[in-house]
Amino acid sequence: MTRTISFILNNEPYTLDVDIRLSLLEVLREQGLTSVKQGCGVGECGACTVLIDNIPVDSCMYLALWADGKTIRTVEGESRAGEISPVQRAYIDAGAVQCGYCTPGFIMTSTAFVEKYQGQAVDRELIRREHAGNLCRCTGYETIICAVESCLQEQSS
Amino acid sequence: MFNIETYNKVQSVSEAVALLAENSQARVLAGGTDVLIRLREGDDSYSQLIDIHDLAELQQVQQLADGEISIGAGVTFSQLMDNRIIQESLPLVAQAAGTVGGPQVRNVATIGGNLCNGAISADSAAALYVLEAVLEIEGVNGVRDLPIGKFYLGPGQVALEHSEVLRAIRIPAVSYRDYGTHYYKYAMRNSMDIATIGCAAACKVKAGCFDTLKIAFTVAAPKPMRALSAEKFAVGQAVTPELINEIAVLVLQDLNPRDSWRASKEFRLHIIKTLARRVIMAAAGVAEA
Repeated sequence: MTRTISFILNNEPYTLDVDIRLSLLEVLREQGLTSVKQGCGVGECGACTVLIDNIPVDSCMYLALWADGKTIRTVEGESRAGEISPVQRAYIDAGAVQCGYCTPGFIMTSTAFVEKYQGQAVDRELIRREHAGNLCRCTGYETIICAVESCLQEQSS
Repeated sequence: MFNIETYNKVQSVSEAVALLAENSQARVLAGGTDVLIRLREGDDSYSQLIDIHDLAELQQVQQLADGEISIGAGVTFSQLMDNRIIQESLPLVAQAAGTVGGPQVRNVATIGGNLCNGAISADSAAALYVLEAVLEIEGVNGVRDLPIGKFYLGPGQVALEHSEVLRAIRIPAVSYRDYGTHYYKYAMRNSMDIATIGCAAACKVKAGCFDTLKIAFTVAAPKPMRALSAEKFAVGQAVTPELINEIAVLVLQDLNPRDSWRASKEFRLHIIKTLARRVIMAAAGVAEA
């Protein structure tokens, strides 16, 4: 059973016939967007995080056909004119990337966070809270939090 | 790929009710954070789906002229946390919503789904018990109201007929006006965890004495439960640490926590007393302020 759905993916309009049984994660990977990782598959690790209408969602437990009419962002769409995004740059500068498997999901969560809290006073506890749905087994999180903090500081300065 | 055999995306609650009435195997799909996980685990009892995801008629939060607040069953936990009416009038609900799963889960999981799956650990349940919420349920014969205290029957069991769908959760003004409230979820981790014990309290304090106290627990009995004996005992007594200690022991009369791999019965009893004290103290502090 398939349904025809239309959505905006990384600024490009798409119309696809999708099997109703597929998760958004599976459809995005079929489209070649392999930044979207399957980690746990049950909404605990956040490696499959994408932004749907600018809200972080675990694409492993989101039916692909729910994307109809939505705007989806993945890491593949975050660079502009050959330049990586400020959040991506901050992760590199802070040394927040080690094995890299969790990184695309983290980048999307951080991107939504930085956009939401632009210009507001944010403490580290809030950064931790709002990144609690993404697991990283390498970094110990400290560098990730530093990366997010530096993005907020850059924006306010 | 999820093992979905039949799938209907509905445009209204009444359509969902009609389809449920036709198919005794059909299940409702809302946010998907429980149903899709169970399907993925191979639970075929969820393979015939009626999809109410994103249904606009279930996504309203409204405050009526008499102050009653109606929360659509399809409102997500993140929407509750960010909603001005909830923040101003039902901070307890916003507080409980913030303890659900992690951000990505809260962004899609719905308050209605949290109640309807019957989990005794449901993070919204304790808050809705002390707020004496009324559930608006639609079935083939129309809409009925059910107090939340009569909704839970046991672990995973709720008082919904097969063809019924929860439409909204309503909280009358008398249940929240002038109340101080607090919620605490005790779990092994601060996020992405299921409550070992959840505790919510709401109280009114007049001239230093409890005018009303309501206290409810999750995972402390085979269903969410208010500690009515303790509530009754508190009325009219001066709000002191000694009294609150007494109440914290009395709450056990109405509860019956179990042993599980998550925590032993003894440990749960200890947490219940500790949370009762802490949560009543905090709620009384808000009520007096």
